[in-house]
Amino acid sequence: MGTIDINGKSVETDEEGYLVNLNDWDEAIGGELAKSENVAMTEQHWEVVNFLREYYNEFQIAPAVRVLTKAIGKKLGPEKGNSQYLYELFPYGPAKQACKIAGLPKPTGCI
Amino acid sequence: MLNIVNKSPLDRNTLQTCLDAGTGGAILLIEDGVYAATRGNAFESKLKAVQGNYKLFALGPDLDARGVGDRVSDGVTVVDYAGFVDLVTEYKTCQSWL
Amino acid sequence: MTTKKFMFVNRKAPYGTVYALESLEVVLIGAAFEQDVSLAFLDDGVYQLKKGHQTKGIEMKGFEKTYGALDDYDVNKLYVDEESLAARGLTADDLCVPVEVMSRAAIGKLMEEQDVLLSF
Repeated sequence: MGTIDINGKSVETDEEGYLVNLNDWDEAIGGELAKSENVAMTEQHWEVVNFLREYYNEFQIAPAVRVLTKAIGKKLGPEKGNSQYLYELFPYGPAKQACKIAGLPKPTGCI
Repeated sequence: MLNIVNKSPLDRNTLQTCLDAGTGGAILLIEDGVYAATRGNAFESKLKAVQGNYKLFALGPDLDARGVGDRVSDGVTVVDYAGFVDLVTEYKTCQSWL
Repeated sequence: MTTKKFMFVNRKAPYGTVYALESLEVVLIGAAFEQDVSLAFLDDGVYQLKKGHQTKGIEMKGFEKTYGALDDYDVNKLYVDEESLAARGLTADDLCVPVEVMSRAAIGKLMEEQDVLLSF
């Protein structure tokens, strides 16, 4: 268990650094989570993170990487819906890293 | 006596045994037990048949969780957690059927 | 890798026991292996798909919405026993995702065609 402290707010994380409470998330927290993953956030990164948050909101799960790739392709176009693009943004696993930054639990089907 | 039943009547015979053994009082349906108190359930008629002997209650949050809060059988009173506590204090004895 | 036919058989109501959620999670995890997966819902298992779960009051995470993601995981063969629906006063219109309603005998036949059956 750890905490992230920013802007006078302190939020809990689990032993792997994922947010304990999804509702604690805001962009500042997302930025701190990105720093802990050594990811320099760009507009493209936020696009994926926001997509994941919307996906979670709709289906209550963080999608497996194969599902994420396909769903992003459907929504944002084939040039973004491929694993090369997503791994360039999130080298240690798009589902795992982007989910953490998005404040979601570890993806279901992340093996 | 207050009987508390938390099993679906179509999965386990708990509610049936409660009815067979009991002589009256109240039945509070909670958790999967609430399905017994929904319209169209195959157990509905058996509950109807004992309404003269038992006051029937079902726990609202459990009905809502299962998406059946809008199809509660006639004659069944929906209670919240505070109502649950009131029932437990109202009756001399209470049996939680497992 | 050769593809096998997997059927997940769901016979328990949601929330009262953990079987429904466990089954759903295994389905989602198993989908990574790209097998031929189908789900059957019998007995109280049909309650898993009942529309309108509001789980705030019991302070549990609801998982009705997650059935909607099955299609993204290429799991789109959902078979529901019509006798089980009828015994619970339900019809296909009461369910949260599109399914194929069929007789118990027809589901039994499908079970015979499977390589692996996982019962929850």
